[in-house]
Amino acid sequence: MQITQSKTSTSPWQLPPLQQLIPWIVPAGLIFIWQVLSQLGLLSTRILPAPTSIVQAAIQLTLSGELITNVGISLYRALVGFLIGGSIGFGLGLLNGVSPIAERFLDSTVQMIRNIPHLALIPLVILWFGIGDPARLFLVALGVFFPIYINTFHGIRSLDPNLLEMGEVYGLRPRELFWTIILPGALPNILVGLRYALGIMWVTLIVAETIAANSGIGYMAMNAREFMQTDVVVLSILMYALLGKLADSIVRVLEHWWLPWHPSQGI
Amino acid sequence: MTQTEHQRTSVHNVKYENGAHLKIQNLSKAFGNFQVLKDIDLEVSPGEFVTVVGKSGCGKSTLLRLLGGLDQPTQGQIYQNGQILQGLNRDARVMFQDSRLLPWRRVLDNVSLGLKHQAQQQGQWALDQVGLGDRPRQWISQLSGGQRQRVALARALVSQPRLLLLDEPLGALDALTRIGMQNLIETLWQEQRFTALLVTHDVEEAVCLGDRVIVIEEGNITLNLPITLPRPRDTASVPFAELKVQILDRILKRQRPLVSEPTYTASLFAT
Repeated sequence: MQITQSKTSTSPWQLPPLQQLIPWIVPAGLIFIWQVLSQLGLLSTRILPAPTSIVQAAIQLTLSGELITNVGISLYRALVGFLIGGSIGFGLGLLNGVSPIAERFLDSTVQMIRNIPHLALIPLVILWFGIGDPARLFLVALGVFFPIYINTFHGIRSLDPNLLEMGEVYGLRPRELFWTIILPGALPNILVGLRYALGIMWVTLIVAETIAANSGIGYMAMNAREFMQTDVVVLSILMYALLGKLADSIVRVLEHWWLPWHPSQGI
Repeated sequence: MTQTEHQRTSVHNVKYENGAHLKIQNLSKAFGNFQVLKDIDLEVSPGEFVTVVGKSGCGKSTLLRLLGGLDQPTQGQIYQNGQILQGLNRDARVMFQDSRLLPWRRVLDNVSLGLKHQAQQQGQWALDQVGLGDRPRQWISQLSGGQRQRVALARALVSQPRLLLLDEPLGALDALTRIGMQNLIETLWQEQRFTALLVTHDVEEAVCLGDRVIVIEEGNITLNLPITLPRPRDTASVPFAELKVQILDRILKRQRPLVSEPTYTASLFAT
């Protein structure tokens, strides 16, 4: 009838060790073929460097401190831009979600601005802020704002009105209504927005750093391109991928903490 | 809370005091041009169990919503313990057809929703009452439909309301679970003696639980029938079946020449 649902028996870490390896066979094989092709000279280092030389570049740049500095700078820009744009989007989403007056006043404006691709603003943003950090933070914040705003707003608006009515019947005051019903009910949607926003955050930062920067991962890649250091270029791309994956994992952890009740958590 | 508790302990007849007294006068409710309730008069004694039956759309749920203060009447008044009811009815708790539990709260936290003092202990007490005392830490999605309604019942009873409004709470349950829930509601009502108003479309349920069955048709009370059968009621007995047929005939406007006027017929329009 209920209770003992079949547990998440497909969790990767519950499988025997040999089966855990299966998903890794194809990528490892590809890297191996890549390495062989490079060493045989069939794959020019101008197109793709050998995997080993990328590892060498990583070690070298780590030892010189260059890699860590640039990753740190990119991470800093990403986080600050995200915090600014995310908190504005979250606040405005909450406000418009709970207040119909605020929604009528502000929502159409936000929707209109949303239709402008934020990366199209780059020339204008460079004119406003120059090529310094403020320009990049502005772009990241702008890009992050919309998914957070829309999903927060939508999360609140799609709440079951019956639950709100129940909350009133059971004597919850507006503040309690917000903390016990509105916010937890909107949280799954908010986390979807968060995950989407993190993706946009990296894309925006990559573009912004590649076009105009004097530090950061994107700068490292563009600088290496000028000297034909394809190994550093590929390394930079891998760093972005790694950071993107890291951000996604953080959201997964948050979902695990905040939505233990949600069907997606396999209770 | 403390004041009512004081009253309860100081009054000699505790059971009598637990229920709310209702007096409904000329109550009308219209949504736009559509008149849902027309000039309803009804009095409910403290601790009485009144069941309201009628076809869907007859206005029975609207009556319940007015009593809960969820909607405001177009005309007329509701007096609760002599005072005109305005706004949300703080003495009442409503149990809905859909359990309306919060999936992001565990069972116990759902039950103790809105409680300020000793929420955990009281919630556990209410869970024990409905026989789910061993499930406080489960999520709502882990419960069956019947268990969810029992949690909803515990949540309604935890604040010891003087008026319990039940809006087809068993309508979505299977027949066997429904019988169990009816017995549970009857038992808890007998123990705690709140005033209960149950809206249902199941005539058997209405006769089984009600001290009085009220039939609403097109916004009017067309039958107000006291049920004097001893509790717990035997749904297979002849008087029970007669009452059930009488009410069904009334609702379905059937002519049944074979059935003589049953002995349990009571005054029509007895308000």
